[in-house]
Amino acid sequence: MLTLRLALRSLSNRKLTTVLTVASIALSVSLLLGVEMVRRGVRESFAGTIRGTDLIVGARGGAQQLLLSSVFGIGAPAGTVSWATYQRYAQHPAVGWTIPLSLGDSYFGYRVIGTTDAFFEHYRYRNDGRVELATGRLAEDDHDVVLGAEVARMRRLKVGSEIALTHGLQGSGIMDHDEHPFEVVGVLAQTATPVDRSLFVTLDGIDEMHAGFVGAAPVPDSTLSAFLIGVTNRQHAMRLRFEIDADLTSEPLTAVIPAVALTDLWHSIGFAEDGARIISFAVLLVGLLGMLVALYSTLQERRREMAILRSLGAGPRRVATLLVLESGVLAAVGALGGVAMVYTLLAIGRGLVERHFGIYVPLVAPGLVEYAYLGGVVVAGLLVGMVPAWRAYRNALQDGLTIRL
Amino acid sequence: MSDAPPAIELRNLRFSYRTGPEVLHINELVVPTGRKVFLHGPSGSGKTTLLGIIAGVLLPTASEATQVLGQELSALTPGARDAFRGEHLGYLFQLFNLLPWLSVLDNVTLPVQLHPQRLARLGGEPAESVARGLLERLDLAAFVHTPVTELSVGQQQRVAAARALIGRPSLLIADEPTSALDADRRARFIDLLFGECEAAGATLLFVSHDLALGQVFDERLSLPDLNAAGVR
Repeated sequence: MLTLRLALRSLSNRKLTTVLTVASIALSVSLLLGVEMVRRGVRESFAGTIRGTDLIVGARGGAQQLLLSSVFGIGAPAGTVSWATYQRYAQHPAVGWTIPLSLGDSYFGYRVIGTTDAFFEHYRYRNDGRVELATGRLAEDDHDVVLGAEVARMRRLKVGSEIALTHGLQGSGIMDHDEHPFEVVGVLAQTATPVDRSLFVTLDGIDEMHAGFVGAAPVPDSTLSAFLIGVTNRQHAMRLRFEIDADLTSEPLTAVIPAVALTDLWHSIGFAEDGARIISFAVLLVGLLGMLVALYSTLQERRREMAILRSLGAGPRRVATLLVLESGVLAAVGALGGVAMVYTLLAIGRGLVERHFGIYVPLVAPGLVEYAYLGGVVVAGLLVGMVPAWRAYRNALQDGLTIRL
Repeated sequence: MSDAPPAIELRNLRFSYRTGPEVLHINELVVPTGRKVFLHGPSGSGKTTLLGIIAGVLLPTASEATQVLGQELSALTPGARDAFRGEHLGYLFQLFNLLPWLSVLDNVTLPVQLHPQRLARLGGEPAESVARGLLERLDLAAFVHTPVTELSVGQQQRVAAARALIGRPSLLIADEPTSALDADRRARFIDLLFGECEAAGATLLFVSHDLALGQVFDERLSLPDLNAAGVR
């Protein structure tokens, strides 16, 4: 206890070095924790992109392709699903609700989704998040379009604006559906999911737009790209999935369970998070090395302190302990400062992150991982302190009561 | 009186650093308890080494007796010698005696904080009030709350004396404590030191290269005369 008190006094005497060292450790700890929290936020945002839907059904193809095209708006669906097939499953006894999706058009790179009010009624994200209107109303007739929050913000559109959609998924210009303009009737609230980057029209709107379109292969009337299913009883989801996969009465279909497909997809892109983690560990290492340098560089000028302590009967071991405790205190205070910093920054910045990057970072109490990191930082601090401590131990033995200047 | 062991008793003591030449060879050095002894030691005479041995930081390469306060030091482990020093000895350096990051009061009470046995010798009086008493007698009452780094050299040496004397050590070793003081302050400092040693019943071993200081001491010894190592 006395040694700890001495360590604290000695540190507070070298305020500038102490503050700088603590700050550098706090910064690296906050980076480490920040990366961990953002990583968790990304993962949860990702996993929470679609909730409540039991099956996604589309033309026969890869599960990832179906998930990416129908939920994330990435790539194109493998094929189409006929209206008749959709109707058959909509009326299947195990099916509670369905959301039809007609994809294939865009607006300045943003996806256009042809669907029904069922989307707004049943689609869920994160923890029971609903897709809701910020202003206006839902699309009713075939010239109405409802905009995701980001589309409205980035294209500076509001209720009453008139836009022409583009055939295909890229660019804008020669393939525009100029002859079938849409009027913005509503803008959706921010969800921090791909919904924000989508435009919603009615299925009739899609059909009518293409009916009058010249210049591309006519799209077969009344087909869908995919549809989402909510079952009446969760336990039947698996059986229904096998039934759809094995369905030979209609065109070949693929049914995927979103949660499973999302997990698979995360595993295939999740290596990026390891990169971020490695970098933040490297930064922490630099912070700890900075502390080592700071402590080590004072050793020479502190040799007379050590001689004084020795003259008062302090053994070389106590002298060494003093230095280990000093670095332990620096690391512990730095770790706490890092926690304070990361929570302050998150509290201030998470709204911004959500708006600009579509990543919802939850503000949760530190979990096991965070405590493990903090404990690790303090232990690492103590270990780093062993280096100058060993040197001081040697000095103390060698110098004895000689005051070296 | 003659029953008490001498404060320091060194017999046939030799010391050399590792494989180096012999630095010390002392046939006999006895300092009786309660004496104020002046040891004349010019630089290079092995003074630092001798004080290191008496303080228990260094062990002689060979000796018949290395006894301090009746305790054979070579029989103790390094840790026990540290504890022995902390408990029974006071040590005064030439300069820079104080830890800059402790207050005057904390510097003075540090020996009793480090060593419970030394604290016990205060007889239950709080360390802080003992320290205040010492500082008052050393004319430092006004500087109790002054940062150590703002004290003059003379004030620092007096604070160091208070620290060396707290808890009534049996032996006070002073290594050129007055070399940074002018003649007037030097005399007053030695007076104070004598007074405090008498009050504490401590033996004083005062080392200096300045022979002129030796007049007031009970006994004067010369390290070059005692040390046979240089003689071939």
